[in-house]
Amino acid sequence: MVTDPVIPPLLEVRDLSIHYGDKAALSGVSFDIRQHEIFGIIGPANAGKTSFLRAINRMDDFVPGMRVGGQICFAGRDVATVRNLYALRRRIGVVFPLPVGLPLSIYDNVALSPRLRGVRRRAELDQIVERCLTRAALWDEVKDRLTSLGSLLSGGQQQRLTIARALSQEPDLLLLDEFSIAVDPVTTMRIEEVLKELRNELTIVLVTNLVQQARRLADRTAFFLGGRCVELDATEALFSNATQQQTIDYLGGRFG
Amino acid sequence: MSRPPVSSTPGVTGPRAAEAKSLDRRDRAWWFDFGARAAVFVGGMSAILFIAAIFVFIGTQGLDFAIHRLSWSEFLFGTHWEPTVEPPRYGALPLIAGTAWITVVAMLVSAPLAFGAAVYVAEFARGKQREWLKIFIELLAAIPSVVWGVIGLHVMKPIIQHVFDVQIGLNVLNAGVILGLMAAPIITTIAEDALKAVPDTYREAAEAMGATRWQVIYRVVLPHARPGLSAAVLLGIGRAFGETIAVLMASGHRLMIPHSVFDSAATITATIAAELGEAAKGSDHYQVLFVLGLLLFLITFVINLTADWIVRGGRRRA
Ligand SMILES: Nc1ncnc2c1ncn2[C@@H]1O[C@H](COP(=O)(O)OP(=O)(O)OP(=O)(O)O)[C@@H](O)[C@H]1O
Ligand SMILES: [Mg+2]
Repeated sequence: MVTDPVIPPLLEVRDLSIHYGDKAALSGVSFDIRQHEIFGIIGPANAGKTSFLRAINRMDDFVPGMRVGGQICFAGRDVATVRNLYALRRRIGVVFPLPVGLPLSIYDNVALSPRLRGVRRRAELDQIVERCLTRAALWDEVKDRLTSLGSLLSGGQQQRLTIARALSQEPDLLLLDEFSIAVDPVTTMRIEEVLKELRNELTIVLVTNLVQQARRLADRTAFFLGGRCVELDATEALFSNATQQQTIDYLGGRFG
Repeated sequence: MSRPPVSSTPGVTGPRAAEAKSLDRRDRAWWFDFGARAAVFVGGMSAILFIAAIFVFIGTQGLDFAIHRLSWSEFLFGTHWEPTVEPPRYGALPLIAGTAWITVVAMLVSAPLAFGAAVYVAEFARGKQREWLKIFIELLAAIPSVVWGVIGLHVMKPIIQHVFDVQIGLNVLNAGVILGLMAAPIITTIAEDALKAVPDTYREAAEAMGATRWQVIYRVVLPHARPGLSAAVLLGIGRAFGETIAVLMASGHRLMIPHSVFDSAATITATIAAELGEAAKGSDHYQVLFVLGLLLFLITFVINLTADWIVRGGRRRA
């Protein structure tokens, strides 16, 4: 993949470090995430992948004791100093591994974010809800019960509802943390197809424990281990000839 | 290590610059949030204001006497409260001791009762039964304290005299039981909320391993709910501690240090209530009652801080 030097990166990470209390979860991470790429992050548990995603949309504000050092720039703007944090978060959609169906109807779950940004017209909301649910591969299953509670769906359905909700923000950046953990393989494939298409509209950071998923989707992939970014390369290059022994071991299934 | 500089340079134009600006633009939602936060901040701070104002009021009413004429060692350790005889004696120890005795008995009565009720309602009762129980508990909490006083006078008194074969039925035991029964519904309600706030996934995870209901409650639910349960007991103590009329009626109001639960006793609150009306405004007697109020205030403060400390300690370990 050739990058156009004229298009600046969407996310610039500079010497990022994350601590919980005195314990370091991530240190010395620096790279750019380009516009309209799917950026894969793989690595064993405890690698700091989730912590990284948290730092991007300032979720550290919620976690007592979590400190972020270094710099993350979103669209050229240091996220640590943005004056309207909520505007930043609205531009970044997040899906965490545990599905969270809010205790609202399915429809209201997906319409929440558009409503927050001021969409009032019913027709427009209907359209957004249908589009987002379809993209999350959930529309067919719930179109006849949009008024029932989102928190009563099955685990995998709630996960897709969470994805639909993230999409309804119409974000510039979508952070997916092991999104397929509770989703069956067939549905996972359908969502993966959608993600590939979404690349035209937005940028995706995909944290996954399924290395093959990163291989299928990501343009570039980073390998995290023990709080460091060990290696970062175009996905095929990383998978076919990684330069670091740790990466080779992990991809070969020899640890982690 | 040299790293490439971040690409944002001042003066960049184009769509990206507009995008970056939107992150700094404070829209209506931002300002609304700002206003709402300011409003609730004022609400929160007003609590401090009220406390300070009450403190100042109580403090200034008794200030002259407290500084110039009160012997603090007699006040805190003197065993005779005789404000109306000549010369007056202002030893508050009997009142402090009476309050402590009665509060302790009240807690011994209410805590087991309330925790039992809370665990039953939160963990075992289902459906209609649960609804009804909750309604009854809330009704119980709404019974006026003078009614409890009457129960102390006319129900508890003969029972105590009969069961324990003692002369005096209005005593520490009577007041403690009455206060304990009064505090129990409040403790139950708050404790039940704390138990209900424990996520069901925790119960499911433990029960799926074959833990018995009791094991789940004891090992998973109660530890998780501990801060809330401590708060419940704290509020119960506050209730027992500050109660006035019921305790005045049930305790016998004897101004001497009780030596067993069968002795009559007097509390700080009851003494203030009983004597403030007959003390001439501004007199030493009047002022010493405000000093008593200050003492009550300080003790409550210490109890609250201690409980807060316990609760925070629990969170740290959790
Ligand atoms: N809220 C928290 N408080 C304290 N430490 C935390 C917290 N969240 C994460 N950590 C610590 O940070 C380190 C990295 O955790 P993180 O969740 O980022 O790993 P991960 O790469 O996402 O792992 P996994 O693949 O298991 O999800 C771990 O050592 C973890 O214990
Ligand atoms: Mg993780």
